[in-house]
Amino acid sequence: METYILSICYLIGSVSFILGLKMLSNPATARKGNLVSAAGMSIAIFGTLFFYQSNGEHLHNYGWIAGALIIGTVIGTLAARKVKMTAMPEMVSIFNGMGGLCAALISIVEFGRMTGEPEPLRLLVIVAGMMIGSISFSGSMVAYGKLSGKVKDHSFSGQHIFNLAILAVIVVLGGFLNFGIGLSSLTLFYIILALSLSYGVFFVLPIGGADMPVVISLLNSFTGIATAFGGFLYNNPVMLTGGILVGSAGAILTILMCKAMNRSLQNVLIGSFGGGATAVAGDKGPQGTYKEISAADAAMVMGYAHKVIIVPGFGLAVAQAQHTCHELEKALKNNGVEVKYAIHPVAGRMPGHMNVLLAEADVSYDDLLELEPANEQFGSTDVVLILGANDVVNPAAENDPSSPIYGMPILQVTKAKMVIVNKRSMRPGYAGIENGLFFMPNTSMLFGDAKDVLQQLIAQIKEL
Amino acid sequence: METLLSFIHNNLEQFYIVILSIFLGIEVISRVPSVLHTPLMSGANAIHGVIIIGAIIVMGEASTDNYLALTLGFLAVIVGTLNVVGGFVVTDRMLEMFKTGKGNSKKQG
Repeated sequence: METYILSICYLIGSVSFILGLKMLSNPATARKGNLVSAAGMSIAIFGTLFFYQSNGEHLHNYGWIAGALIIGTVIGTLAARKVKMTAMPEMVSIFNGMGGLCAALISIVEFGRMTGEPEPLRLLVIVAGMMIGSISFSGSMVAYGKLSGKVKDHSFSGQHIFNLAILAVIVVLGGFLNFGIGLSSLTLFYIILALSLSYGVFFVLPIGGADMPVVISLLNSFTGIATAFGGFLYNNPVMLTGGILVGSAGAILTILMCKAMNRSLQNVLIGSFGGGATAVAGDKGPQGTYKEISAADAAMVMGYAHKVIIVPGFGLAVAQAQHTCHELEKALKNNGVEVKYAIHPVAGRMPGHMNVLLAEADVSYDDLLELEPANEQFGSTDVVLILGANDVVNPAAENDPSSPIYGMPILQVTKAKMVIVNKRSMRPGYAGIENGLFFMPNTSMLFGDAKDVLQQLIAQIKEL
Repeated sequence: METLLSFIHNNLEQFYIVILSIFLGIEVISRVPSVLHTPLMSGANAIHGVIIIGAIIVMGEASTDNYLALTLGFLAVIVGTLNVVGGFVVTDRMLEMFKTGKGNSKKQG
């Protein structure tokens, strides 16, 4: 009887994941969708706790399990509640790494429990879960480090070949382990674990910080696959559906993101911004002269313009300036200026990052323009205000075939009559590429922290 | 070869689930507006936290004197819970900011 109830719990869980994901893909139902998945998850977890039986025996060690659940819930809730909106991508990366670590730990324990002749391919499932889980764990930790600026890009020549070699060794050792060739299986298992962990590190390290969203999405998909291996291991349908759903959804999301940058996944992973690409960009060095504009002048031009388009980038997130930005928008609108936001699909550190930030500041959906409509409107725009965006407005993507971002669709801000760029300094953007836009005749630089600059602009505009 | 074939045969249901879920995942995601990419990634991230069930089983089946398994299992349940709870809470926080109803730009409160 209890087994029947458990099956129903898992069925409800699986259906709620599918429904939840479906609802998450529509703005109107997204929040409910998240709750639906969370409810399904709770049902699956509590079902396992109370009804799971193996060989007619219930689970034991309830004290330990409850303790761990409580600790995890408290830390998880606090971390997720306290994190600043701007640090969201890092947080997602950490949580993803935790999932990977969990998969790896399960495999380690299951490997230790194996006695005698295992069922065919059971070992393979365990090793695969361990490999993918640990790659996802160490990779996510590096991605977290990069996003929060704690880890810099590292690469050495031949790193891709080195990485492929590690991967090949992992696969070969996995084969040895499965067919009982060579060293004792315990030694082999831990060598594979160590290699997988380091592969995760070497895999993410050379990839430029600007590509981290793609990497996180890919690692998210990896953890999904590791979860699915867990589903195979325990013959557990809800782990299987959940894992594979996320695995395939994550893979598609990764491809969508690559498409937004007009690059292939291979190009992101191998022809990374970090390595040779920076060297190419570095050769050119700073070029030409740029002109500065004062906040007062900038306020003047914007206050008397007909139409202003704001292009937000990661600089806006760093400065926590989304609310101030919305105030500027209101001040301009009070002056009768038409204000829109142009959102590049990969602006910020995650796709949709800017949308989340601006939504937090109550900016209306209708004022957000996606790439194509924005590019159509720049021609009729008087002033474009760029707030801490760089690579997504770099004309090199359109006219310099040697540039590492060549081919990426950009916001064609140069079509506007005037471009005002707010940056903290002349340093190149996250991808480490010089931006010719700053040296164009109709571009003016407005240096300073985005929030300070916006406040000055608001004060000046209100006086007009 | 025979092992592989018999494995597939013995786990046929699972293979059906895998294949259907792959298509389902693709179908569900490919119509997502780019606005929702981040919350969606985060929500999906919470869903793969279902690996926690494996961790609970490992922990619950470990014999009470196997301290290595207990410790690793304990750790696995903690990190799994982090993934689930943290993932859902972060996603909810992101979505909280999306006001429903298009064009409703009125400042609340």
